[in-house]
Amino acid sequence: MNSPLSTASTVSTADVEVAVATPGGASRRMLQHKSFVIAGTILAVIVLMALAAPLIAPYDPYDQDLNNRLVAPVFMEGGSWAHPLGTDGLGRDYLSRVIYGARVSLMIGLLTALLSGLIGAVLGITAGYFGGRVDAFICYVLAVRLSMPVVLVALAVVSLIGGSLVVVITVLGLLLWDRYAVVLRSATQQVRALDFVVAAQAVGASTPRIILTEVLPNVMSSLIVVATFEVAHAILLEAALSFLGLGVQPPLPSWGLMIAEGRQHLLFEPWVIVIPGLALSVLVLSVNMLGDGIRDLAAPENRN
Amino acid sequence: MLKYTLHKLLVAVLVAVTVSFVAFMLLRLSGDLATAIGGESARGEDIERIRTQLGLDRPVLTQYWDWASRAASGDFGRSYYYPEPVWTLLEERLPVTLRLACWGLVISLVIGVPLGVLAALRPNTLIDRVAMTLAVLGQALPTFWLGLLLIILFGLLLRWLPISGADTWMHYILPSFVLGYYSTPAVMRLTRSGMLEVLATDYIRTAYSKGLPHRTVLFKHALRNAVIPVVALASVQFGLMLSGSVVIETVFAMQGIGQLAWESISRQDFPVVQAVLLLVSMFYVWLTFASDLINAWLDPRIRAG
Amino acid sequence: MRRVTLSVERGETLCIVGESGCGKSLTALAIMGLLPRRTRRTASRLALDGIDLMAASDAELADLRGSRMAMIFQEPMTSLNPCYTVGNQMEEMLLRHRKASRREARDRAVQLLEKVGMTAAASRLQQYPHQLSGGLRQRVMIAMVMMCNPDLIIADEPTTALDVTIQAQILLLLAELRREFGMGLILITHDLGIVARIADRVAVMYAGQIVEEGTVAAVFRDPLHPYTRGLMNCIPVPGKVARGSRLGSIPGMVPSLIGTLSGCSFRERCDFRRPECEADIALTVATAGHARRCIL
Repeated sequence: MNSPLSTASTVSTADVEVAVATPGGASRRMLQHKSFVIAGTILAVIVLMALAAPLIAPYDPYDQDLNNRLVAPVFMEGGSWAHPLGTDGLGRDYLSRVIYGARVSLMIGLLTALLSGLIGAVLGITAGYFGGRVDAFICYVLAVRLSMPVVLVALAVVSLIGGSLVVVITVLGLLLWDRYAVVLRSATQQVRALDFVVAAQAVGASTPRIILTEVLPNVMSSLIVVATFEVAHAILLEAALSFLGLGVQPPLPSWGLMIAEGRQHLLFEPWVIVIPGLALSVLVLSVNMLGDGIRDLAAPENRN
Repeated sequence: MLKYTLHKLLVAVLVAVTVSFVAFMLLRLSGDLATAIGGESARGEDIERIRTQLGLDRPVLTQYWDWASRAASGDFGRSYYYPEPVWTLLEERLPVTLRLACWGLVISLVIGVPLGVLAALRPNTLIDRVAMTLAVLGQALPTFWLGLLLIILFGLLLRWLPISGADTWMHYILPSFVLGYYSTPAVMRLTRSGMLEVLATDYIRTAYSKGLPHRTVLFKHALRNAVIPVVALASVQFGLMLSGSVVIETVFAMQGIGQLAWESISRQDFPVVQAVLLLVSMFYVWLTFASDLINAWLDPRIRAG
Repeated sequence: MRRVTLSVERGETLCIVGESGCGKSLTALAIMGLLPRRTRRTASRLALDGIDLMAASDAELADLRGSRMAMIFQEPMTSLNPCYTVGNQMEEMLLRHRKASRREARDRAVQLLEKVGMTAAASRLQQYPHQLSGGLRQRVMIAMVMMCNPDLIIADEPTTALDVTIQAQILLLLAELRREFGMGLILITHDLGIVARIADRVAVMYAGQIVEEGTVAAVFRDPLHPYTRGLMNCIPVPGKVARGSRLGSIPGMVPSLIGTLSGCSFRERCDFRRPECEADIALTVATAGHARRCIL
């Protein structure tokens, strides 16, 4: 029934046009790509540097020279090219120590990530694939682990067993698997529901085979992304532990340890702590950026 | 809601008991505790004396039960180093750490959430990229190093802020900032991605179609949904700050339980170490429980199970 | 999308019909001013009851949305905010647009929930969307858009996501409400059956253009545009279609709508294509109340 109030048009349009702009996502993609490339390059340089340490380091990193303590780096006054990054409180050449320090950080980062990755992946995939009680139990283990303060536990354990490279790697490796477990559990749950897994089960393939051939390849990208970030995490943790004196032991050239040793010279010789910290930041930054890049390239739909 | 709460409570209790057991057993890792306490120069009979005195000859489970039941009533025994009972030490130092962690959390939320919202409102623009850069940087700088740098800058060069101790509120500025800065990137990213997701939903479109102003749509409708995962993250971050305060307190010479833990670990003052481990773990467990409850309050769908 | 021309009167139901992707929803969003971020709308005229919608500022448009013109969306499952009660989301309409008190808003909400056929209306207000089925949620949406008694309601495929049995109920509800409150209703659908049932006038849309427009009776009796004719042929009518014969279909595919377009968008699939179809064709009136965009 038409309203008696008015027969005038309630809505009228004429020649309405709607235009959709081409998505501006293209430029963002390039930027991501760029950061991935930059990060990859920096990391490659650092890795090469660490591998070639004996060849390129000008001095032995353990060589003390008490006549040449706290020499400034070449870009500050009083410095010279004899020690481009100066020397520390015991006269050891800083450039060499930084170069060798890369070995320590990289080794710790990679080996810890490997160990914790193994543990976390096994737990996560098992929980995600089997579900039910197995899942409940693993989630309980995860909850227990998440309720423990990593730094404190690591400190306590190291103090009891004694600090060393191996101990740090083992302790951190046994503690840092939680992220892997969480991510892989949910990734496995998603994959398990997919058709090809159901098909494999229907055909009667054995469970280990299914996990290895169907599940693993599909959760691999998540695994790699988490691993990358965990490498960075491990590097920072070792630095913190060594800084507190309960990580790697002197005279090993760990960057964290070098910062701790330089603390007493904070005011007048700040480069002693600035340089290793910078090295740490650059390494961790590149690893994180690499992780971001891998995640974006592997699964563009995860990108914001 | 009741069923949900009970379930989460049960899990929390179970985890708490397990964690307390782990914390207890952790210190027996090196083998014989009596030997460790006695030190290298102790003789056989000294070690035996220590063993009986501290009740270390009893079965492990008995020791655990003894410790745990006393701990539940606040009796953590006496420190090997300090004259006071452990509980007194904890009582004195806990407020410093709690204040530090609270301020750290506040800072990470105050910087992270607005930045995340802004970045989500203008994705792929300058603001977004600046925010992301800040995020990436924040996760790469070692906290203790940042702390030292800030000490040099603000404490020694500019002399604006005190650099050690925990006496006044000004003492908390630098350490809280450093603590909070490490968590800011995670908060920012989560807020950003949460907001982006929410802003693309149908119900936000409905809200606009109802003629609600931007402000209302953003704060009442969008943020409420986007903030749900951030709450869970915040509780995790608070826990991390409690344990991460070890490093910060050492750098800034603050007398919190983090520094107490470090000292005691170095001195092998086991009762204190056990107590701190237990305390921090309990915080974690009950923080998780609280955040589960808050989550259910924020998201009605979770209550339904 | 281009050259969409339509108008709807108070108390009248206009149906916009077309396949998925032809731009029906975009048209609706354009009218409401709700286009997504990277789209632009231009129009020689866009008006609501004399109010120029193109010249209106964002604030003015926001004032109009919900109070003078409102929209019902296709997906009831995701169109309501999961964190707030049904009552809250309904009441905020009235609180926003009229200076009503909480109590007045609540009373009106209950009243409208009853009107759309929900039982125990008062207690529904406290419920959350996830506690309601799809059909009920859509009723809530309908009640919600009625809160401020708008002059125009746009319903974008309101029944597509619902069970067949519920579809009929919802359509009936819309028709009744339109009869009772006398607002203009634009119903967007791809289902000619719905058009036949409740529309007064229909606009057929293809690839971003209105290709035919007129009263339902006229268009159904004598479809002028080849596309409309093709659509009609696709519907198997019991009694008319011989058993065993092939169902009608329109060969070809819907063209992409990206980039600038010209000429008749249907020409690739049209049996009557001629050179003149390359140029833009205007909507010409064939008989009173019946127009089409075709050279035939």
